[in-house]
Amino acid sequence: MEFWNDPITTMFNSLLESFTSGSMSVATATVLIYALGILLFVTFAMVLDIFLVWIERKVVARFQDRLGPNRIGPFGIFQPFADIVKLLIKEDITPIGADVVLFNLAPIFSMMSVLLLWAILPFAPNMVGVDLNVAMLYLVAAGSIGTLSVIMAGWASNNKYATMGAFRTVAQMVSYEIPMVAAILVITVLAGSMGTVGIVEAQEEWWQVFFLSAPLTFLIFLISAIAELGRSPFDLNEAESEIVAGFHTEYTGMKFGLFYAGELLHSFTFGGFIALLFFGGHRFFGLENLGPIVGALIFIGKALFFYWVIMWVKYTVPRIRIDHMLAFNWKFLTPLSFILLMVTALVGRLLLDSAWLVPALFLSNVFIGWMTVLYLKSHERKTREAEEAKSVPVAQH
Amino acid sequence: MTTMQVLFLIFAAIILGSAFMVVTTKKMIHAAFWLIVVLFAIAALYAMLNAGFMAMVQIVVYVGAIAILFIFAVMLTRKELLDRGPALNANKSIAALLSLLSFGGLYMLLRNWSGFSNMAPALPEGDMVAKLGEALVTPDAYLLPFEIASVLLLAALIGAVYVANEARSE
Repeated sequence: MEFWNDPITTMFNSLLESFTSGSMSVATATVLIYALGILLFVTFAMVLDIFLVWIERKVVARFQDRLGPNRIGPFGIFQPFADIVKLLIKEDITPIGADVVLFNLAPIFSMMSVLLLWAILPFAPNMVGVDLNVAMLYLVAAGSIGTLSVIMAGWASNNKYATMGAFRTVAQMVSYEIPMVAAILVITVLAGSMGTVGIVEAQEEWWQVFFLSAPLTFLIFLISAIAELGRSPFDLNEAESEIVAGFHTEYTGMKFGLFYAGELLHSFTFGGFIALLFFGGHRFFGLENLGPIVGALIFIGKALFFYWVIMWVKYTVPRIRIDHMLAFNWKFLTPLSFILLMVTALVGRLLLDSAWLVPALFLSNVFIGWMTVLYLKSHERKTREAEEAKSVPVAQH
Repeated sequence: MTTMQVLFLIFAAIILGSAFMVVTTKKMIHAAFWLIVVLFAIAALYAMLNAGFMAMVQIVVYVGAIAILFIFAVMLTRKELLDRGPALNANKSIAALLSLLSFGGLYMLLRNWSGFSNMAPALPEGDMVAKLGEALVTPDAYLLPFEIASVLLLAALIGAVYVANEARSE
């Protein structure tokens, strides 16, 4: 029963007891157990990653009216293992003139930027790597390591397509960081905390989930998360006709596999962040009271659902051109997210501790959304009229 | 030596070694990446000083924005990414003298400083980030510097928009 109520602490205590039964000091044993825990946690993430490959391939197959992998194991679930063997026995090519150290470091950094995020994912109460009080900044900082890995890969490959692809991807990642940070700030204002545990605790009841207080912020976070992940409709690095495969053009075998696996795990991780920021983390209408393990399963289920939403967007929306994408970010998402931040801060301060807080925030979001649609309509009409006015004299000649 | 001292020495060695590499490496891009190593190690020092907020901001601002900007600038402005000329020029003796003098001066100043043997005061209880946020908007604390820095950044932003706006600058 003790294990059921608090599995991590129970395991830690029993391990500490067995480690210190010899002559080992408590400090050494603690460090060893932490190292062991990190190792197990990362292994769990990587094993999950293997099955994410299978999930991704199955789901894309369904979206495209195919069956997907179905030969190896039941429902083709062992297909990823065959993929791994294939990736491992492929020739490992380092292009001539490549910067060998940076070329090999880039995939590791790409994977690292994802695994670092797992340290702050709160699966359930007391089931969190570390409850940082600056967790949301940590999320952004880990994202900047991902940006670094892209530019490293692009430059070290000694290939102009890779460099061009890296430029595009970095421009996209750096720009979409701004609406994402503004969306995170909205959540920080609502929760009054930057720590993941504090944010989950602030969504105690089902009507307190921040999806209801900040629905537009949820959309902005989803869009900028997809852009940060570099998935379609923002997968400019895979514009085959223009820049081959972008920054990972020159990578073969398992090094390419690390970029690919990193992207999948990143998508799942961001699914988890959407769940914890907007949908109450491990909570599901009181079902989480059964125990932390149930809570963790609910959290993983929510993360998988939002991973599915990201896949849904990926396989149904076509790619956006680079200039459209940057204009969409700078001229639409960034101003909108700052307006949302200001309105949320104002309404949240005026109605602090009031029962009307959530309805007022929801209504203000609806109002802002409505105003945005009206503005976009009038803007579109103006541009169209201006273009028509310009094209009329040409038609008369 | 305590664990913290050992960690400090390791990070200090990383900072000094990487900073040395920044100024001696021949490849411009490598200099930028070594600079990133320096910035990461400084973030680690902040984290050791219980300044988690500063550590994260260090990584977000310096690694995520400024270092990436450096790399972009180097890649876009220089066709040849290798430094071919000699690393030292005719002023090397004066530079060596100046740096020796400043090192000597700092050494003399810090030799009698009592701060090395003092213990750091205990941290107050509570959420440090919330305290920092309150300090930034309290008139008695740092409201004025905070607002002045904001106005400065806003001026820089408006300036950038003005320069980038072709229709205006023509």
